[in-house]
Amino acid sequence: MDFSQIVPALPALMEGMVVTLKLLVMAVLGGVVLGTFIALGRLSSNAFLSGLAKAYVNYFRSIPLLLVIIWFYLAVPMLLNWITGDFVPVGAFASCLVAFMMFEAAYYAEIVRAGIQAISRGQVNAAYALGMTYGQAMRLVILPQAFRKMLPLLLQQSIILFQDTSLVYAVGLMDFLNSARSRGDILGQPHEFLIFAGAVYFVISYCASYIVKRLQKRLVV
Amino acid sequence: MIRFINVHKWFKDLHVLNGIDLQVAQGEVVVVCGPSGSGKSTLIRTVNQLESINEGEIWVDGKNVTDPKTDLNALRAEVGFVFQHFNLYPHLSVLDNITLSPMRVKKMERVAAEKRAEELLERVGLAHKKDAFPAQLSGGQQQRVAIARGLAMQPQVMLFDEPTSALDPEMIGEVLKVMKDLAESGMTMMVVTHEMGFAREVADRVVFVDHGRILEEAPPEEFFMRPQHERAQQFLRQLLTPMN
Ligand SMILES: Nc1ncnc2c1ncn2[C@@H]1O[C@H](COP(=O)(O)OP(=O)(O)O)[C@@H](O)[C@H]1O
Ligand SMILES: [Mg+2]
Repeated sequence: MDFSQIVPALPALMEGMVVTLKLLVMAVLGGVVLGTFIALGRLSSNAFLSGLAKAYVNYFRSIPLLLVIIWFYLAVPMLLNWITGDFVPVGAFASCLVAFMMFEAAYYAEIVRAGIQAISRGQVNAAYALGMTYGQAMRLVILPQAFRKMLPLLLQQSIILFQDTSLVYAVGLMDFLNSARSRGDILGQPHEFLIFAGAVYFVISYCASYIVKRLQKRLVV
Repeated sequence: MIRFINVHKWFKDLHVLNGIDLQVAQGEVVVVCGPSGSGKSTLIRTVNQLESINEGEIWVDGKNVTDPKTDLNALRAEVGFVFQHFNLYPHLSVLDNITLSPMRVKKMERVAAEKRAEELLERVGLAHKKDAFPAQLSGGQQQRVAIARGLAMQPQVMLFDEPTSALDPEMIGEVLKVMKDLAESGMTMMVVTHEMGFAREVADRVVFVDHGRILEEAPPEEFFMRPQHERAQQFLRQLLTPMN
């Protein structure tokens, strides 16, 4: 084992890490927003809306993430082509981002739904009694409380997503793992680079989990 | 100010409100009492449509609240509601609890809303707690903040659903005092309560509800001294001799 080649490769690996983190942050934000709307749909008294939201969640929770990534990589340009009539290259990053956002939204939706249901009925009643619309009651009263309760779970789910972003190798996106792997291959040291990448994923995920656990304890008190 | 006309409501098979006819005039204080489960909460919650009704009409300040064309949010903004369990917003400070709806619903400026909130806190004796969070207050204090929060919308009517029954006995007095002051200031009030001292002192009329019907409606003296209905007599006897 010879790890001496890793230090000179660090700038290139850093670039991969930036791609990974950018994908992660954008997918988390988009996924949480989309997931919140889906959760509101599921909790809606409108049977059509809640049925649609439920179907969405069940569908995306029943198929492998890898499939979604590949499918969007192939389907998104085709769809755009079909809509605009032009060939629009979207690139691996954009299609991966959409795939993660839509896939993770199904998981976030379930967390958000449980979070909203944990807020007492009295809070909505108070908001309504004080003249708020449904939207105001959700935005100003229910969701701020629900998100505080859900924060540890949302972060936990995002740590899983951090690991899952490595699946983008399937469509050739140069994220952290993929750049480590290709660097290793070029330099003829695939094992060293993969071991290093594994260590980095482990340290980041482990530290993040630890912080989430601490946060959870503080929120409980 | 409030008028129920032959109001009926069912929860599945349960006929919770069974032909309610009742009027509350401007400036009047009406106390509603009756056994647990008789439909008092449901009744008072229909006034601002936290509960819908199946039959009949309810008019508040000249508006038919059961008409689908009525703007419920606007109506609710002029009807204050105080809950048994306070329902303050736990994530907001006392001041923000009070100013939220004036600012977001009535589009009041922050400065004006805060000034008004501070005056109201003064009125309920909690000016020094404006930066506290609900969890840092006693039950009695929380309920007084809840009353101030309701008043901040400058309502025409205040509704109270057992405002003191979740409180420790030593805190009941401070909340009743605020309510009494409010009644003396001329506020129209509908109050579900078993505090018969309050009813006797403050109410213009007492309404006795049982199984979703109004069985008795009389000025407090008359209700307490000469209850007509047998169920009302029984109810008053039980209040006077607590079972525990
Ligand atoms: N949302 C609801 N769904 C079904 N039944 C209800 C609901 N709310 C109240 N009830 C029932 O209606 C009856 C009257 O309740 P309520 O108005 O709360 O009585 P009270 O306030 O006089 O104790 C009770 O039997 C109660 O169990
Ligand atoms: Mg009740």
